[in-house]
Amino acid sequence: MFDNLGIVFALTGAALSVILAGMGSAYGVGVAGQAAAGVVTEDPSKFGKVLIMQLLPGTQGIYGLLVAFVTLNNIGILSGKPADLSGAQGLMILAACLPIAIVGLVSARHQGKTAVASIGIVAKKPDQFGKAMLFPAMVETYAILALLISIMAINAIQF
Amino acid sequence: MAVLQMQRISICGLKKDRKAILEKIQSLGIMEMNQVAEDEQGFEKMDTLNARISFEKKAQTAEQALAVLDIYAPKKKSIFASLEGKPEIEKSKFNQAMDRKDEIIKNAAQILKKERSIAETKGNILKLENQIEMLDPWLNLDVPMNFKGTKKTTLILGTVTPDVTTDMLYEKLAQEEQLEGVEIQTVYADKDVVSLAVLCMNTEAQAVEDVLRTFGFARPSRLTHWIPAKKVEMLETKIRMLEEQIVETENVIAGYADAREELEIISDYFRMRAGKYEVLGTLPQSERTFFISGYVPEKAVPVVKKAIGEKFDCVLDIEELKEEEEPPVILENNAFSDSVEGVLESFGLPKKGEIDPTTVMSFFYVFFFGMMLSDAGYGALVALACFIVLKKFPRMSKSMHKSIKMFMFCGVSTMVWGILFGGYFGNVVDIVSQTFFGKTVTIPALWFAPLDNPMKLLIYSVGFGLVHLFVGLGMKGYMELKEGKILDFFCDVVLWYIFLAGLILLLIPTDIFASLAQTEIVFSPFMSTLSKVLAIGGAVGIILMSGRDNKNPALRIALGAYDLYNVTGWLSDALSYSRLLALGLATGVIASVVNQMGSMFGKSAVGVIGFVLVFLIGHTLNLAINILGAYVHTNRLQFVEFFGKFYEGGGKSFEPFKADTHYVDIKEEK
Repeated sequence: MFDNLGIVFALTGAALSVILAGMGSAYGVGVAGQAAAGVVTEDPSKFGKVLIMQLLPGTQGIYGLLVAFVTLNNIGILSGKPADLSGAQGLMILAACLPIAIVGLVSARHQGKTAVASIGIVAKKPDQFGKAMLFPAMVETYAILALLISIMAINAIQF
Repeated sequence: MAVLQMQRISICGLKKDRKAILEKIQSLGIMEMNQVAEDEQGFEKMDTLNARISFEKKAQTAEQALAVLDIYAPKKKSIFASLEGKPEIEKSKFNQAMDRKDEIIKNAAQILKKERSIAETKGNILKLENQIEMLDPWLNLDVPMNFKGTKKTTLILGTVTPDVTTDMLYEKLAQEEQLEGVEIQTVYADKDVVSLAVLCMNTEAQAVEDVLRTFGFARPSRLTHWIPAKKVEMLETKIRMLEEQIVETENVIAGYADAREELEIISDYFRMRAGKYEVLGTLPQSERTFFISGYVPEKAVPVVKKAIGEKFDCVLDIEELKEEEEPPVILENNAFSDSVEGVLESFGLPKKGEIDPTTVMSFFYVFFFGMMLSDAGYGALVALACFIVLKKFPRMSKSMHKSIKMFMFCGVSTMVWGILFGGYFGNVVDIVSQTFFGKTVTIPALWFAPLDNPMKLLIYSVGFGLVHLFVGLGMKGYMELKEGKILDFFCDVVLWYIFLAGLILLLIPTDIFASLAQTEIVFSPFMSTLSKVLAIGGAVGIILMSGRDNKNPALRIALGAYDLYNVTGWLSDALSYSRLLALGLATGVIASVVNQMGSMFGKSAVGVIGFVLVFLIGHTLNLAINILGAYVHTNRLQFVEFFGKFYEGGGKSFEPFKADTHYVDIKEEK
């Protein structure tokens, strides 16, 4: 029984990385978008700058998609010939997906809040855009590290 | 790579020339005003506030008139308008407009007056519409609203809430008060209000109304002496008339469309004069002379000498800056490196004594950006688009020109990396050949494909990062050497180089590195001894020397040990460069996802159309989000990791006194 579930575990991992990281990014982009909309009502000329700020927490969702895609590709779901995974191998892939899933969720939420604060900087001091952009980018570092580990782990699992 | 040397120029001239001299300086635009505090007797500052305000007001009038024109006679603007920059006009044209300045300002005032009249008329229409709305409940009444009644009867008009029915009223009137000669008619009813026309005997009128009041009966606030429907018709005619009037006025305003250019010129003219008077107000003046002082880049000094010193009767004094002065900063770099000046500015210009890191940064910037985006197709697209924009809009603002040039270079670098990694819109060649031609063709990577061997690229990424960081440390050393701090250079820079080199050499033969690099590297005994000597020697040196300002030996060692702890900072800095790999992978993998989705329509005519659509939309999105990512994270690597080693910033940018125009640039006469 357990050994038949390998592909299910692997698919769960791919699903989690899209779901959790996507949820985080949706939240982050959402709150940043609210702040951005507020700035644009006052000064439409800042649209370009605040749009960039709003997009910053969106990358985690993309990282999640990326890991999910690499996983689906590796386990052969996309080509219609699912690999014959043992239960242990399936769980390994699931574990490999967890870093980007969990860190993606949490870091995107925090990056969203930081982006809101940075949009505040842009609203008051548009010339400080370069510095303002840096604060949300700092948060993203950890999503990138998680992505790195997820991808390397998935690529390293042999079956 | 340099911060331009500044010099102070002081001009003492005759008062009669002051406006001409100021105008000349303004049109040259190479001098930042900085008056020396003159407390000497006989020198006074002129109060120019009123003149300045009156000029600013006129500039604003013209500007507001332009805004009105934009509403009623919109000028077609292309989506690239922000790239076009200000048009250049001949001096003669400018002078023509200047001669007619009063007339033009009058026109502007006229336009504003018309605009106000439109606003007033609109207000009047609104009032009339309110009146119509108030008449709504009485439209079915076929007598004038102020109709009192006949000889014997009285008409009472009024409204009640919808929960009051006529039956209730009749009942109350008849049964409780014995008022029988009453006729109640419902004129209008909706969910908010019911209007009633009540006819009763003159003698009972007061009593009837009192009873009705207990039901919340209220008389209308305005009574017209017309039949309501007729009155509404009259009001509507009036509204139509007013609307026609508005259209007429709008056409009159639109007729001023040709005056747009003149208004722009004159707005700039008054803005320039306001700027001139602002400076004039800061100048110390005596009865016959005045005094100007300010910063000029050293190499522009001859220009000022020629334009002012030789043309006017004045004394021109040039001096080197004093020790305590903080001059404004202006950067000068070669045509390649000056493109990233904007990035440096957004971090902070070099403060006094710091070197300009632009040139060194520019190479790393373009290198890292390309590595993060790393797709030949995307790179070619970006480089081409930027190149076309640069050629097509030569008059765009300088900072915009620089950023677009930067993205062009980054695009070229992206293309090179794409070829090295074998990414052409992801794997579009493979997918297209496989889906539509049934045979897989792959353009091989010139170096290697990152997804096949991510560990290798990770090691290279961190390696490039270490080079970047070491160059940063080197820049610190260079600055310290320039200031003659040899000991600091040795302790803060050389010892760290030794220590870190030793650590890296120690790391390479270990198992961890071997498993990462998938090859084992074995050092000769000499090398392994050398690495140990370097690491230990460096560490001991740092522990002994870092706290050298401290006399207390124990404290000195403690501070040294604490400084050695910074090695963890180096570790996290180096690992931070793994984003080079991660972002590069992200671009490539998402591009592959797009291609794969496109190929799902199969091999048919529909399939081709579907593929093209998915290709266009998907790659546009991927390109946009990854350019953003590459831009943000390249900036981060420069600002946090690289600048963290040597650069603080905080210099003040050079803001010369110049013609601060909004709409046009004036061509200088040669």
